[in-house]
Amino acid sequence: MHHLENIFKKVNSGSRIDADDALILLNHAGILDLADLASLVRKKLHPEPIVTYVVDRNINYTNICKSGCRFCAFYHDSDKAGGYVISEKDLAAKIRETISIGGTQILLQGGLNPTIHFKDYLKMLRFIKDNFEIHIHGFSPPEILFMAEKSSLTITETLTKLMEAGLGSIPGGGAEILVDDVRNQISPNKYLSEQWLDVMRTAHKLGLKTTATMMFGHIETNEHIIEHLIKIRDLQKETGGFTAFIPWTFQPGNTRLEVTEATAVEYLRVLSVSRLVLDNVMNIQASWVTQGEKIAQTALIFGANDLGSTMIEENVVAAAGVKFRLPKGEMIRLIQDAGYEPRQRDCFYNAVETG
Amino acid sequence: MHNIPLSDKRLRSILDKLTDEERLNFDDGCLLYSSTDLIGKARLADFVRQRKYGKKAFFVYNQHINYTNVCKNNCLFCAFSREEDQEGAFTLSAQEVRVQLEKRLGEPIREIHVVGGVNPSLPFEYYLNLIETIKSLRPDAAVKAFTAVEIDYFSEIAGLSVTETILRLKEAGLSMMPGGGAEVMNDRVRQKLFPRKIGREKWLEVVKTAHLNGLTSNATMLYGHIETIEERVRHLISLRELQDETGGFSAFIPLAFHSKNTGLSHIPSTTAFDDLSNIIAARLMLDNFDHIKAYWVMIGEKLAQLALSFGADDLDGTIIEEKITHMAGATSAKGLTRDEMIHMIKAAGFEPIERDSFYNQVNI
Repeated sequence: MHHLENIFKKVNSGSRIDADDALILLNHAGILDLADLASLVRKKLHPEPIVTYVVDRNINYTNICKSGCRFCAFYHDSDKAGGYVISEKDLAAKIRETISIGGTQILLQGGLNPTIHFKDYLKMLRFIKDNFEIHIHGFSPPEILFMAEKSSLTITETLTKLMEAGLGSIPGGGAEILVDDVRNQISPNKYLSEQWLDVMRTAHKLGLKTTATMMFGHIETNEHIIEHLIKIRDLQKETGGFTAFIPWTFQPGNTRLEVTEATAVEYLRVLSVSRLVLDNVMNIQASWVTQGEKIAQTALIFGANDLGSTMIEENVVAAAGVKFRLPKGEMIRLIQDAGYEPRQRDCFYNAVETG
Repeated sequence: MHNIPLSDKRLRSILDKLTDEERLNFDDGCLLYSSTDLIGKARLADFVRQRKYGKKAFFVYNQHINYTNVCKNNCLFCAFSREEDQEGAFTLSAQEVRVQLEKRLGEPIREIHVVGGVNPSLPFEYYLNLIETIKSLRPDAAVKAFTAVEIDYFSEIAGLSVTETILRLKEAGLSMMPGGGAEVMNDRVRQKLFPRKIGREKWLEVVKTAHLNGLTSNATMLYGHIETIEERVRHLISLRELQDETGGFSAFIPLAFHSKNTGLSHIPSTTAFDDLSNIIAARLMLDNFDHIKAYWVMIGEKLAQLALSFGADDLDGTIIEEKITHMAGATSAKGLTRDEMIHMIKAAGFEPIERDSFYNQVNI
């Protein structure tokens, strides 16, 4: 208990906490203490009582994936029943709809599909850029690694070509837990922690901003969670390229991992410790997609300053049987009700003029 | 206690009162609703909650029986009620209730929660028979049945006084009353939403009579429709006054309004901030109530779990087949297993205590 007090003092005085402090907080601090501490750090980074959100759409260009991760309910093995690769026509229709409702970006992600060639990805990006004025937040590190491998290019070369074709930023997916012992068990065919971090490092150095995520609530321990956070913080010290961190809980429905889903209180604990450890990452996003709108709203007192996307389409979490909805009007209502000012943002957290 | 950090300095005077165990007044109640310093308010509620129960969190292994959805009251906020000849109308016979109970006889159920519509075609004997049926199959479970609204109606059809009605029900095996039907005890709200249902005076009178005749009861408030903060606080104070008089209330349960399929479907769902503020205000205003429930059916399992740190000490029951809120679009589960309930409580850092209807610990 005495140690907890010391950590509280550390945070209150604005000092950075270390991995041991973070673990003690995650294991032992009271939930309201965590809320207070996380709010303090949040307020220091965001003195204005503003909560941001983005209007966008998830477009999953394929659900065929060779990874076969045990936690995934979305992927299909090949073009067996249910497997798809999006057509240009469907892609265009989805983007058109996104723009029509004031969307500023698309989140473009998909499985590691052996039938898609590197030139196809470039073609897809150019097709979007030639036809629409929209930001492309796309291709998480596993996809980039997969492309590089298939085309025998370096990460730098791969990213450079994608950027030339129109890629605007990279989502932080595929991080899961950045500890190889954990990865070997839940996603044995996916890339290792260092590879994930390396893609992000390279992207940041090339000027591509990225987010970072963490999927927890499966087989990881609290130590693993802290290790993940520290790895993100260390890379951020080096590059400054992460715009936001998004922790979310594993949804066990329709997957091959039989575990009990992390509860809301566990989610909020991890969220607030994330805010405390990642004092060099500006934004912490609440995950209404996995938590629902009620816990997402309470996340605002546990360190989150962003409610993520209105997401007019989401397929991956929905495939695990979890289907929450949060239209823009509702997003605004929740933010105001919590005593904050809502602000639509773009991918770089700049305010979007809404007419 | 004085070092509790409060961003909203107006909460300071409430903290002082709580420290001295002094009663909060009407203005304090309004502030507990209107302040957006949710963490500060939670601190106050948690302080009182911990003083009473430490880390204990209660739940009951129970079963719900909704015996009829036929109802003559036609409340605007209800998605459950039907006219007698309307599609989807149902009334369970004693035999059908028996079947529902028999399906779960292997489970250690401690409480049967029974509520229904005000159905004009049922005689008083139906209700006595209903309780006797339950008692015969579940002699060890407490029958918690009939809101003040139903009991008032029984007395009318039976031509008995409220006292006599209650005594007859008690004789049949009734041991507790649920807290429904109070809605918001206010004439303005009643005229707009439930003009045919009994109002404040009658509700309080029936409940008082029950308490004086040895029945305990719960109390509720349906919030999140057209009521104002002031009306909420007056409702709480009315309950507190009756509790001063009888001591018969066991728990208070704030009920979050669900608008889907009701005459008020334009009203958006309650927010987490409002749900938690209701728990907090109840805990702090109802200083003479032992228990404040976070009713997971209405606010969802996730928020109910969090509510344990915002003043709630009870998560109600495991419940199978909740109908009333789900017909109004609730997305919560229809039942939780005992293991799920225990896991939820432990994961929130609390100690699960399985209880009976009267908050005696049940050893499992």
